[in-house]
Amino acid sequence: MRERVCADLSGLPLHGKGTASPTFWGTLVFMLLEGSGFALMIAVYLYLRSLAPAWPFGAPPPDLWPGILVTVLLLASLVPNYCVKRWAGHEDLRKVRIGLVIMSVLGIAPLIVRGFEFAALNVSWDSNAYGSVIWMLLALHTTHLITDVGDTLVLCALMFTRHGPNRRRFGDVEDNAMYWVFVVLTWLPIYVCLYGPSWL
Amino acid sequence: MTGIPHDLRDTEVDRDTVERRLAETWRTRRGFWGAIATVDHKIIGRRYIVTAFVFLLLGGVLGLLMRWQLATPEGRALGPDLYNQVFTMHGANMMFLFAVPVMEAMAVYLVPLMVGTRNIAFPRLNAFSYWIYLAGGLLLWVAFALDMGPDIGWFGYVPLSGPQYAPGKRADIWAQMITFTEIAALAVAVEIVVTVFKQRAPGMTLDRIPLFVWAMLVTSFIVMLAMPAIMVGSTSLILDRLVGTHFFNPAEGGDVLLWQHLFWFFGHPEVYIIFLPATGMISSMLPAFVRRPVFGYLALVLSMVTIGILSFGLWVHHMFTTGLPRLGESFFTASSMAIAVPAGVQIFCWIATLWDGRPVFRTPFLFILAFFFTFVLGGMTGVMVASVPLDTQVHDTYFVVAHFHYVLIGGAVFPLLGAVYYWYPKIVGRMMSERLGRWVAGLIFVGFNLAFFPMHILGLQGMPRRVYTYQADLPWGPLNMFVSLSSLMLAAGFLLFFIDAVRSARSGPPAGDNPWDSPSLEWATTSPPPPYNFARIPVVTGPSPLWENRDELPVASGLRLDRREIVITSVADAVPEARESSPRDSLWPFWAALTTSVLLIGSIFSPWAVVWGSIPVAIALIGWFWPKGTPEDEA
Repeated sequence: MRERVCADLSGLPLHGKGTASPTFWGTLVFMLLEGSGFALMIAVYLYLRSLAPAWPFGAPPPDLWPGILVTVLLLASLVPNYCVKRWAGHEDLRKVRIGLVIMSVLGIAPLIVRGFEFAALNVSWDSNAYGSVIWMLLALHTTHLITDVGDTLVLCALMFTRHGPNRRRFGDVEDNAMYWVFVVLTWLPIYVCLYGPSWL
Repeated sequence: MTGIPHDLRDTEVDRDTVERRLAETWRTRRGFWGAIATVDHKIIGRRYIVTAFVFLLLGGVLGLLMRWQLATPEGRALGPDLYNQVFTMHGANMMFLFAVPVMEAMAVYLVPLMVGTRNIAFPRLNAFSYWIYLAGGLLLWVAFALDMGPDIGWFGYVPLSGPQYAPGKRADIWAQMITFTEIAALAVAVEIVVTVFKQRAPGMTLDRIPLFVWAMLVTSFIVMLAMPAIMVGSTSLILDRLVGTHFFNPAEGGDVLLWQHLFWFFGHPEVYIIFLPATGMISSMLPAFVRRPVFGYLALVLSMVTIGILSFGLWVHHMFTTGLPRLGESFFTASSMAIAVPAGVQIFCWIATLWDGRPVFRTPFLFILAFFFTFVLGGMTGVMVASVPLDTQVHDTYFVVAHFHYVLIGGAVFPLLGAVYYWYPKIVGRMMSERLGRWVAGLIFVGFNLAFFPMHILGLQGMPRRVYTYQADLPWGPLNMFVSLSSLMLAAGFLLFFIDAVRSARSGPPAGDNPWDSPSLEWATTSPPPPYNFARIPVVTGPSPLWENRDELPVASGLRLDRREIVITSVADAVPEARESSPRDSLWPFWAALTTSVLLIGSIFSPWAVVWGSIPVAIALIGWFWPKGTPEDEA
């Protein structure tokens, strides 16, 4: 079939920012499917809880402090996370580097406390179904925490190499910041499930 | 790296040079490692399709084995243990390794061509998806060959699949095979959504998207919302079996029905994950054979979206005999009947299209007609089993076996076979045989109905599913013999289909670009398409691009030849936004899939495999994403 050129795209940028970037949409879609995983796991929790005569059962309630500390750390990290996202939007390499170092630290810190949080649940995964489901909820979130901290560390290292000053990398930093918000927000309903008052 | 000057544009050289340079930039390297590293959606799609059909063949052989065993009372072809493995393998293989993957495979090949782009979004994820799928299939079949095949039914109900009643590793093999295939399916779903959202040709607004592409978009969303349920389920099952959790153990506060909820929250949408792509194929093929655009485009799109939403409200109708509250049962009866409405709207749109068209009776069209007849019958029995009293009577009998084979084979495999005849010339560059094709359609249609219709009667006579034999004094013998003999006719049809497909690849008549005079974009390029799909990206001006102007195709220029470049457009109006790059070939997805497979298979045997196995996975992923300084990395 004969072709007729009717549009010239040579003026378009080599990489789209924000909603013009496929990576942005990819991150969004991954958040959707992982979000449905979280929602289903919470549904499993509520289902088992609705069957149980008492909740928590067969174990003392969890100690609160490690969970509170993790929550405070995660919520506090949203501020520098927001700054990094903005600096990446302005393509400010120096600030992005500093921001990513801070975010790496603020990612590792809750992970360390998370280790104590498992112990503070006061029940083992193989004690009963209550233990199984709260371990699973916590483990599911921890997996996401580890993945995103890993991603942040690699990205941080990358920004200090010759590949750093590149619009594509700044986009990656923005997407990574968006994903971190997802990791923090998904924690909140899980926190309520694990530590919320028994009348909830 | 290529020897093409930096920033060379397609506007600066003549047409032959454009094609030569593009081929150089986009081609897959020769040799073993080139084949492993490729990220071309056409090569991966082809592999995916062929692999899925190999699994269909294997699953079909299992079906024949079951029919051999059941042909006569007190049959001795298979023992009870092997029979349990065979029916589990048949179901698990057909659902997880054939039906879902083959639909996604067709999409991997076709969607980028139909929306007028040069590769699928996230092509490396696509390569990863195929290797993971292959590993999952090998896991299941190698286990079966070692007499370790799962024997718990394709839905792995607890407590039968739990630690108490299923010692050994058979149930774990089943559960982990699920993880493999779901990872693969989720990856493709992500790619399809982003391809359809962001890589459509300029001008392909929402109301100009081909209906198969719409179907795959809706399907991908169902995949993303439904498949996590089975992953949560199968992971919990493995944990119950391996580290002693109690999700499904009533003695410690767990619940066996929880498994059924999780399974069917995935399992029912799964039916539509298989069926919707098939309806998309029908809608996309029909115009070529009735010589007019499909009737009711908007109604068809809305029907698909409605089916997608309603598919999440039906799962409990698989659990009517478990003693759930009456009100719940009534709700799910109503929703199960409600989904017949959008399905009916689709059927009426197609009938209207036929009514006003001038039918051309070629092989794909014969399969479309076979679909109408068979699927409507399956849909009717579906409305029947949506009613609680009737379902209670026929639950776990051959009536249900007949029903879902009518829906799945009639509703999905017939359109799929039609689609293979229809798109084969595009994929291979040669036509399949029209003469053999008529025989294939006839044998499969007649053989299928003769083999499966009597199963309705067997079910009403009370023959249960999954029994390895029955006694001579039961009245089921003659019909079972009839069914088994008819299944040979069905098998002959499939055999002929495979012969035709293999033979035509060598000796079929050359197809040309557009053998059916079809209206959509995949027919605007050569058959088979070059590595870059389109030398210049088409510009879409209507819902039937190749019928808008039959002499010339409007295209866009200005893209670079020295890097893999695609056009990103806006989600709703498909206005060009960027000249984005598309990644080069890479071995990393293969290594990532290999290390992930080691982790997943290892975790059947020891939880520590997850800890130690994640290190090589992390290394492979870092290798995958670390920039290589190619022109594709420029921004």
